[in-house]
Amino acid sequence: MSSTTLRPASIRLPHLPSARWVRLVSPVLIVVVWQVASSTGALPQRLMASPATVVTTAIDITRDGTLPHALAISLQRAVIGFAIGAVIGIALALLAGLSLFAEQLLDPPLQMLRMLPFYGLIPLLILWFGIGELPKILLVAFGVAIPLYLNTFSGIRSVDGKLAELAQVQQLSRLGLIRHIVLPGALPQALVGLRQSLGIAWLALIVAEQVNADAGLGYLIDNARDFLRTDIIVVGLLVYSLLGLLTDAVVRLIERKALTWRRGFLAS
Amino acid sequence: MATRILGELSEVNDVSTAAPTTRDEITEIPAPRPVARIRKLSKAFGDRTVLDGIDLDIARGEFVALLGRSGTGKSTLLRALAGLDRDHNGELTVDGDIAVAFQEPRLVPWKRVHANVTLGLRHSDTRAAGRAALTEVGLDDRADAWPLTLSGGEAQRASLARALVREPDLLLLDEPFSALDALTRITIHSLVLELWSRHRPGVLLVTHDVDEALLLADRALVLGQGRIAREIPIDLPRPRRRDHPRFTALRNELLTELGVAVEEGNT
Repeated sequence: MSSTTLRPASIRLPHLPSARWVRLVSPVLIVVVWQVASSTGALPQRLMASPATVVTTAIDITRDGTLPHALAISLQRAVIGFAIGAVIGIALALLAGLSLFAEQLLDPPLQMLRMLPFYGLIPLLILWFGIGELPKILLVAFGVAIPLYLNTFSGIRSVDGKLAELAQVQQLSRLGLIRHIVLPGALPQALVGLRQSLGIAWLALIVAEQVNADAGLGYLIDNARDFLRTDIIVVGLLVYSLLGLLTDAVVRLIERKALTWRRGFLAS
Repeated sequence: MATRILGELSEVNDVSTAAPTTRDEITEIPAPRPVARIRKLSKAFGDRTVLDGIDLDIARGEFVALLGRSGTGKSTLLRALAGLDRDHNGELTVDGDIAVAFQEPRLVPWKRVHANVTLGLRHSDTRAAGRAALTEVGLDDRADAWPLTLSGGEAQRASLARALVREPDLLLLDEPFSALDALTRITIHSLVLELWSRHRPGVLLVTHDVDEALLLADRALVLGQGRIAREIPIDLPRPRRRDHPRFTALRNELLTELGVAVEEGNT
């Protein structure tokens, strides 16, 4: 080893095939320390359940249907809220992006809303809509619409003006310009917005479900707190993380499919 | 000051071998109306007058080169003809279809090469037309490639194919060869001549390169102070050769007109 230390890092790196599993060492170590602390009583159950308990609880509440039921309700809220927010955000971005008049009309209030800490809307939403499904869905929709609007709008505006000139020379209609140049040109930035908005969608859901809910993942967690069930809380948090990872992977898949023209560039 | 403007290559024997001597053909074409007609065209950006009463006719099938130093309004004139700038005074009529090849190829990066070529084309069989145009420029094997994977020469070929697939009556070339390396430029020059002799559009080529104008055009115009300062018919036989004695004479004439001092023995 001493002879290799003098070599540049770029040469040594390929000689480390172990690099991948090395990354697993610290997470595994953390779980082991956590389990040992729980088993010896250093970490009391009421503060944090042990990893083993978390796993058995996860299996239990999956078997008895508690978790699937809560998950289904949360997913439904997320999907409906996301759909509403996405439609509104993209529609506004198209209007503002394609028409200067609409931009002057729409952009100022949307820029203002962007500055609003939207979790602060929860009290108002509860006052207006009670504690049913609507305020939760609206909160998700709001959280989704803003980043999608901002990114899609700026994506549309950053489309190369030279390509717009080309479209004119090629005698594309206005509709053709939008379809062939503007929308595909705005897509990379819009997908960045999609990724942000999906992250926010889950976050908004967690907040909304823990403040007021009678079902769903957030309710499951909030309810577990009352019974000091830290194991259920941890399971709920893990499910949230998994959902976040899953949606991120979906967006990445969409990006890879939709932006192949860029990948060709990066690969060459 | 050096007199060679971008004229670093002297062997051009392969250029325009396919191009026929065309002077006779042009005069045979019964063209009572020019494909482009410009009268008293003026254009100002703020206080700065760029074009100051331009008169110009381009005959059908005629290859015109427009020379001038930077900022003399060459591109402004071309953009006016292309319909990209409508904010000008004077009379400007183009009789027929226009196609443009820009300095940068301006390929749409998210469309494959064949889709770029047929962009905006309203044909019954655009795909076949696109393939045919790509074959003509020798790019048929790259039809399904993404534009970002093309070399500079390939991209400019695709841009030419896109201009030609429309079978334009007027082809506007806005320095499309200036960013190419010298070797690629030679092949593209001969390709342009070949395509021109086959399809016979009127051509307006904006260029900085005196040699390029002499190799390609029937007529060279020098733009200066917003006007056509000089008009020189290029009466060289085709295919053109740089070692033709007239070539050097015309070259000196154009360079002098462009304000470049021509030293003895450096031509």
